[in-house]
Formats: sequence, C-alpha cells, structure tokens
Amino acid sequence: MKILYGMQRPDEGEIRVDGSPVSFHTPADAISAGIGMVHQHFMLADNLTVLENVVLGSEPRRGGLALDFAAARRKIKEISDAYGLGVRPDVPVEELGVGDRQRVEILKVLYRGARILILDEPTAVLVPHEVDELFDNLRGLVREGLTILFISHKLDEVLRVADAITVIRRGTTVATVDPEGVTSRKLAELMVGSELPSPETRESTVTDVVALSVRDLTVRTGDGRTVVENVSFDIRKGEVLGIAGVEGNGQAELVEAIMGMRPCEVAALTLGDADISHWSTLRRRAGGIGYIPEDRHRHGLLLESPLWENRILGHQTRRPNVRGPWIDRAGARADTQRIVEDYDVRTPGIDVDAAALSGGNQQKLIVGREMSGDPVLLIASHPTRGVDIGAQAAIWDHLRTARAAGLAVLLISADLDELIGLSDTLKVILRGRIVADVDPANVTPEQLGSAMTGAGEGV
Amino acid sequence: MSGFLDRMLGRVRLGGWLAVAAPVLAVVFAVLITSVVLLIAGKEPVEAFTTLADYGTQPRSMVMTLNTGVMYYISALAVAVGFRMNLFNIGVDGQYRLAAVVAAAVGGAAVVPGVLNIVLVVVSAVVVGALWAAIAGLLRVYRGVSEVISTIMLNAIATGLGSWLVSEHFGVLTGNDLGTRPIPDDAHMPGIPLIAGTPVLVNGFIVVAVLLGVAYWVVLTRTRFGFELRATGKSESAAVASGVSVKKMIVVTMVMSGAIAGLIGMPELLGASYKYSNNFPTDLGFTGIAIALLGRNSPVGMAIGALLWSFLYNSSNQLQLLDIPKEIVQIMQGVVVLSVIIAYELVHRYRMVAEQRRVGRQLAAPAEPPKAEAAV
Repeated sequence: MKILYGMQRPDEGEIRVDGSPVSFHTPADAISAGIGMVHQHFMLADNLTVLENVVLGSEPRRGGLALDFAAARRKIKEISDAYGLGVRPDVPVEELGVGDRQRVEILKVLYRGARILILDEPTAVLVPHEVDELFDNLRGLVREGLTILFISHKLDEVLRVADAITVIRRGTTVATVDPEGVTSRKLAELMVGSELPSPETRESTVTDVVALSVRDLTVRTGDGRTVVENVSFDIRKGEVLGIAGVEGNGQAELVEAIMGMRPCEVAALTLGDADISHWSTLRRRAGGIGYIPEDRHRHGLLLESPLWENRILGHQTRRPNVRGPWIDRAGARADTQRIVEDYDVRTPGIDVDAAALSGGNQQKLIVGREMSGDPVLLIASHPTRGVDIGAQAAIWDHLRTARAAGLAVLLISADLDELIGLSDTLKVILRGRIVADVDPANVTPEQLGSAMTGAGEGV
Repeated sequence: MSGFLDRMLGRVRLGGWLAVAAPVLAVVFAVLITSVVLLIAGKEPVEAFTTLADYGTQPRSMVMTLNTGVMYYISALAVAVGFRMNLFNIGVDGQYRLAAVVAAAVGGAAVVPGVLNIVLVVVSAVVVGALWAAIAGLLRVYRGVSEVISTIMLNAIATGLGSWLVSEHFGVLTGNDLGTRPIPDDAHMPGIPLIAGTPVLVNGFIVVAVLLGVAYWVVLTRTRFGFELRATGKSESAAVASGVSVKKMIVVTMVMSGAIAGLIGMPELLGASYKYSNNFPTDLGFTGIAIALLGRNSPVGMAIGALLWSFLYNSSNQLQLLDIPKEIVQIMQGVVVLSVIIAYELVHRYRMVAEQRRVGRQLAAPAEPPKAEAAV
C-alpha cells in the first residue's frame, strides 16, 4: 500500500497502471499516475472550509498569484454531483461528522484527478449506517469507471462491497477469490491460514501458583469513553494467557494499565503476593514484569542510541546496568554482548544505533532485554509483528523455554496461529470486554476469528 | 526516527570527524557570507578580519574574551540541560537577572564576612534561579502550559520584578547610578593571572565554569539520572514505557536549568561590578541558546562556541576604527548559527545512511564463509 502510493520503494517487482509500468518515488508521482489514497486517519485542517481543504496543495491560480476559488468551487460541485457525494464546499470541516469528513477526503483525492482510489480501513471509524452510505458512494464511483482498492479486515464488508478479493497474509498473496463463490468462513480460513506453528509444545507447564491476578480492571479515556471494562483474569506460573481480538478493542489500553502507564480503576491487581495497583511503572518493572511493547519504535527502543544504551532502557535501576546512581557502562556493555550472542541479534557490534538493525533483530534485542533479570511475568504485545520468519521462530522458542522455566506470559497478538499455538488459555476481547474463554487445544482459527468479530456464538 | 528538531538540539549524537567538520565548515561559510556583505558595503574584508584577529590575540583582549566567555558558557550549559530532554528554557535570561538582583542585595547586606558571603551570594542566586524556573516546570506539569510560552512571559515579569526590587527595596543612589549596595571588598572573587603580558586578571569563576562543564558531562553520560533525562529527550514514549516519570523529570530538569542560570551573573557580580545596576549585562540567556545550538550541547563544543562568541563580541568595537559598523559581527554570529544547524543536519543524514549501509554490508559479507558469522 505504501509502495503503491509512492511512500516506499519496492525491492523488486513492478507496478503497472493501465498496462504501462510505472515507478513512484514520491506520493506526487503516484498522484500524477492517477492513484489517490484515503488515509485511515483523516488529514484535514479543522478550521478551514471544505473548499480550502480540498484545494490545499493544488490551489487553482488566477493571474499567477490570486487563488481562483470560484473555479475550485465549480469543480468541487461538479465532482460532488457526478459521484453523488453531497459535499457542501463552504462549511468548515470542524462542523462535519465523521462520514462527511471521509467524503471530503475522497473528494480531495478525486479533485487531484485520481482514477484509482486506495481506501485504508475506511470503515474503522464509521458507525453502521455511515458504512452503508460509504458503500453507496463507492458503488457510485465504480459505476463512473473508477477503480477502488478497499483494504479491510472486516470480512462481511469486503464481501459486500468488493468485486474481487485478494487475501494477503504476512506480506504474501495467499489467494485471489471471487466474492460470489466464497463464504465468510472460507475467507477467514484463507486469512488466518490453517497450519499451526510448529513444533508445538502441548505438555502443560502450568502450575498452581498465580503470578498475576487482575480483577475488574476498567480503563476510561480522557473524554470518558470506556475502552476496557471489568476485565478479570489470573495468570499462573508457567502459563501463557493469550488475548485474542481485532485490534483496537482495548488490548493496548489493557496492557498499558497493567504496566502502570495509564490510569485505570481496578478492584485488585496483584503480582505474586504484592498489591501493585499503586506502584509506578518503574517499580512494576523492577518487581519482575517484562514488557515487549506493541510498537517497538515508540515504546521499546531509543532508535538513535547504541544497542548497549538500549539494554539499559527500562532496566535503569537494576544490575548489571547501574551501580547506585551511576551507570555501569562495562556491566551494561558486557550484558548487551551476552544478549546479542544468546538471542542471535545480527549486528556488527553493540555500538551501532538501534535504528541500523532490521526489525527482527531489534525485536530479538528487546526480547533478550526483557527476559533478563528473571522476570516473573512477561507482557508480550505482538511479539513477532513485522519480523522475519527466522526471528519469529526464535522468539517463539524463547517464549516456550521461559514458560517451561515458570514464567507467566500475557500474550496479545493479532496472529491467530501464534495465539493458538503458544497459549495455554485463551480469552477473546471485544469492545474492551472479555467475551469468551476458549480452549486453544480445540479451537480452530476460524472459530476464533468469528468470536473476535462478535459474529460467532462465543464458542 | 528522530525529527529535525531532535537533531538541531543535539539530542542525536554525531560520531567521529564529522562532528568536528560541521562547525568548522559553518564558521568558514559564515566568514564567506560576511565577506560578501562587507564587499557589498564597499569595505575590505581581509582588512576587517585581520583587525579582528590582531586585536583578539592581544593579551588584554584574550583575558576579556575569557571573562565574557565564562558567562556565555554557563548560560549555554543552563540552556543545554533543558535541550537534552526536549525542554526549551527560553527563560534563562529572566532567571539569571532576577537571581543576580537578589544575590546582589544579599551580598551587599554583608550578613556574613568574607568567603562565607561569597558562598551565600552564590547559593542565593542558585536558589532564586531554580525557584523562578520551577514555576515554568510546575505550570507545564500541572497545567500543560508550554514552557516556551511561560518562560518568555516569566522573562518579562522578571524584568519588572527586578527593577521594582532595585528601585523600591535594594537600591542606593551612587551619583546617577541606581544599584544595589556594593558587596564589600572581602567578598570579592579573586582573579587569576592566567595570561602573561597584561595586568587584567581572568575572572575566578572560570574555575567554576570548568567544574560545571565537567559535572554536566558526568551527570548526563555517567549517571542514571542523566540516562533517564537523555532517554526522555530522545523518545518520551519509550521513557514512559521504561518507567521514567516524565513529570518529575520535567520539574527536576527545569530546576537544574534554572539553578545553573542563577550562576550566569556571578562572574560579573562577584568579579567585576560587585553590584546590580542598570549596567549589568543583559541578554546573556539568549546568547546561551545560540551557543548551545552551536556546540550541540556538548561541553567542549559549547566552550569553543562561547569563546568564539565572546571573541567576536569583544573585538567588534575595533571594527569601528575601520569605519565598519560593529553590527557586522552580529550578522556573522547569526550566519554561524544558521549554517551550523544546516551543516549538522547534512552530516547527520549522511551518517545515518552510511551506518545502515555499513551494517548491511557487514552482515551480508560473512554469509559466504559461515565461520566468520560466528565472530559477529
């Protein structure tokens, strides 16, 4: 998607538009080839009118300097009427609802002459009737001869709106199917794949000792929305508790609440015997919680610091990194070397910046770091996201080994194979609530997938 | 990835010879631009620079360069502490002036004799600077007020507060000059005869400035506190996830920055004027911002920057003998700052690409002889 829109260069392969090969260096190239992108997050200036937002960056000129708003208004009207978008050009964007804003985004792209539209998860922010409206608009666009690339992980929507469906899993095309001849169930199978990760360890290492106990955890955002509601669970030593769910259903907030990075209401939060609900993040970490964050660049690494400084991050109160108030450079460096060797981090040395490593190697460094210092509990958010297959297998091995040694793991992942393969217990989260308990030994990815979208009967 | 701002404020390190090449190139570039300006104005650039150099190398001017440089350097340190963690303490200016007013009054009252009085003056300056900066820190933490805005406004308030204190409470009239009561002779900071060939002494606070520079370096690079400060500056989200209390860091850093700012006026107060009056140097806080940018917050870089700035400032008057307005020096200072920022940015991009290539190459190479891979 980023490649199609010229934001990234392909390593190999070619793109053809109307049969002729093209190469994009910048989004501007893509736009001039007639490809337009509607982003998931709207890129509109609230305090400007619809008209001003649409022409921003490609303003029609009159006499070289003055802006020709009249011409722009005419053109917007034409496009809006032609495709039935119903956009009013002179309303400030801040007065528009989400559905209207999306139509402005689409119009913006059409205004620049796009014939091919990429829509990235366009329904993520819409309520059902807005989705219906959007689909009507899209059908109108298609009737006028435009091409639409609709990216979504909501199966029913794809089936409703698409004329052809291509399933992509872990960056490869799995299948191209005709929506007429495929069921939602078959599509889910294609999406999640059917093979489970191997080698699978099924002999349980679960003990009776509870490592983390969560009771009635609720998280509200600043504007009062409840994003996690009354979540309760126990994780025992040697147990992997998996949380399955479509992204954005409260997983990230749950993890941040347990880490103490986000305020929450909780009836009881205990690590071992200790009540940690009032502990700071640092104390929770020092108390034995390891944390593999969902977004390693934002939360896991200092990209422009050397590896050995990244080893200290999050462990800046513990040996071998510090001695009292002093950083123990020799100790930290030696231990970084150990992680690099034990976790097979491919790097020329521990003095290179973290940014220079590939995603998989960055992740292995984080896993190695979070496993050091004998954690009691490991919170692993999407531990193998965006890493190559070799690194993925290695990370899974480390998780299994640690589990066998008595580590409790809270696993959050969008990869259903990973969840089913690694978890001893599985819970499904939907709109911030635990809606189902699933036995990973008996569940298929398809059943899990439907439970996650709320479509299934909860298994 | 770091933003342009991160790199501009030196939160991203530069390695090797490139870190030296960038500022040198920037100064050369600034000399060129200034020459062009001089030529346009119909003056002889070579002559102008020769005059500057000749004057600057005389023993007396060297002492003056050192003395002004000491104040510049302390100011740059105060600014740099904030820069390292993304805090823009624009209020160094107000902090040092208010601190100097109060400290001057304390010193002039001579409640304790001799060296004790020096210590008391310095301590009160540090405390006043720290408290004044703490206001901005607390506003940021509890009310979300950008410290840029609050410190700028606090500068204005400090100016008013300072004049009010001097005119209504601490001031005594000596001739036409309204100032605080002079600090008695026994509490003057002794000078150091560092440079031969001139009776002018180097301000004793040069020792304090050097110690501060060393302390700055040790705290930032060798302590847990410094690590957390730098981590917060590089990525606030990563710092939060690692258990750094960003709120606490903001207040502590503001207080530290203000405490150092409190020292800026001390060389002047305890080593030259011995009182706070209308002649007390102003705008040192803003000079500190320029020097911190120039030296990329590195203790050595800022020392060089402070001396360069001070040299230009002190020699500028000489240009008037050649009928060249001394403001030409300000043009040169401005161009140095701008071009150094551009030069650092170019060097940074070059270095990032080079390092990624190097890592790629080193990892690709051993693929053929598998033994070598183990060595990696």
